[in-house]
Amino acid sequence: MLKTRIIPCLDVKNGRVVKGINFVDLKDAGDPVEQAKIYSDGGADEICFLDITASNENRDTIYDVVERTSKKCFVPLTVGGGVRSIEDINKLLNCGADKVSINTAAVENPKVVLESSKKFGSQCIVVAIDAKKNGDKWEIFTHGGRNNSGLDALEYAKKMENNGAGELLVTSMDRDGTQIGYDIDLMSKIASKVNIPLIASGGVGNLDHLVDGIKLGNASAVLAASIFHYGKHSVQEAKEYLDSKGIPVRI
Amino acid sequence: MKVTIVDYNSGNISSVINSFNEVAQDKVNIEVTADLNKIKSSDKVVLPGQGSFKSCVDALKKINGLIDTLNEFAITNKKPLLGICVGLQMFADIGYEETETKGLGWIPGKVSKIDNQNGKYKLPHIGWNQINIVKESKIFENVENYTHMYFVHSYEFIPKDKNMISATTDYSSNIVCAVENENIFGTQFHPEKSDKIGLKIIDNFINI
Repeated sequence: MLKTRIIPCLDVKNGRVVKGINFVDLKDAGDPVEQAKIYSDGGADEICFLDITASNENRDTIYDVVERTSKKCFVPLTVGGGVRSIEDINKLLNCGADKVSINTAAVENPKVVLESSKKFGSQCIVVAIDAKKNGDKWEIFTHGGRNNSGLDALEYAKKMENNGAGELLVTSMDRDGTQIGYDIDLMSKIASKVNIPLIASGGVGNLDHLVDGIKLGNASAVLAASIFHYGKHSVQEAKEYLDSKGIPVRI
Repeated sequence: MKVTIVDYNSGNISSVINSFNEVAQDKVNIEVTADLNKIKSSDKVVLPGQGSFKSCVDALKKINGLIDTLNEFAITNKKPLLGICVGLQMFADIGYEETETKGLGWIPGKVSKIDNQNGKYKLPHIGWNQINIVKESKIFENVENYTHMYFVHSYEFIPKDKNMISATTDYSSNIVCAVENENIFGTQFHPEKSDKIGLKIIDNFINI
């Protein structure tokens, strides 16, 4: 039976972890490679790096991070943030990323998804959807949640599936950072609209939220950042909790 | 000992290279090349593959003499070869991804889309699934049955001769996830992304 994936996400800025696991025995708490290794040794099913480097001159730092991580961690590595072009995707894959997540570029130029999934295969193209509720629908936001594209999230999700996305990483902008749980309504609506796996993101504050994302939101995988940081919960604890709730996990 | 990972522009092979280097350390020489002479002089060959069946077969054909060299290596000389993901799928006679495409024909059978049972099963089949080992195999030495491996694919290999199947996994139906025909080995899952137990499979292949 296919297991539900738990994916810890690390925010990386200028090649350094912004928030992370706060362990005393870490030699360098800001090193994404060391943090990723702790997660993969702890049973993470996948690792996600979100590059939030603002300035263009420091953009190359992520390539070095990915290259070093892929030599130490032998679980799938997804990298997103600032991915603009086929060339960016190519570079990340060559550095050892297994999947690349595309956000703003997919909205501005949907051809990027079409062309990259043809060139590299759907299996490595994840489309990241940042959605915010407006009335009875959800709209797609870009540029780290700053710009409203006005696009309908459900229609957009379907379009991205048709363009060759292998997975959708859906983040609720309303919930992100709130720790009050995923936007279950959004997740379940998109999950029933598409036939590709959905990764739920944004708003996890406790382990029950992960359970809800899977059972009620119908997500194939759950992504979380802060509950795994500062040692609040380990990936292993999360898996044991999901297991106790009858959700199939890799233990 | 020299192990060659065939670099035929079949998509992203960095993870395959990293995992073989990790296992080999300094004991084994890992080459990444499409040079025919280097492949011929190898002890073992790894055939990775990402993207579609058609794109991988096309990429193999683009390199003059590569298919002949692989045939000579695996069929005539019967040296160990490991196909990963689409690398395994290409062992088939024929594949139906994008359009009907002839494969290498090393293990009779076809590659067709996984039945998603009208949307009940999401495709691609992405994530960790348990393997059911149905045949004793050198690459599964000291690998426990029902171990989790990492998968990412939408198409499955259906060999004509069920005796070629060495492991299956349960997704929609019993999907073939490993095959073996004498010196030819294949895994549909990604040992290079399946953590320590995946590296064990790579180690087993290197030590055949």
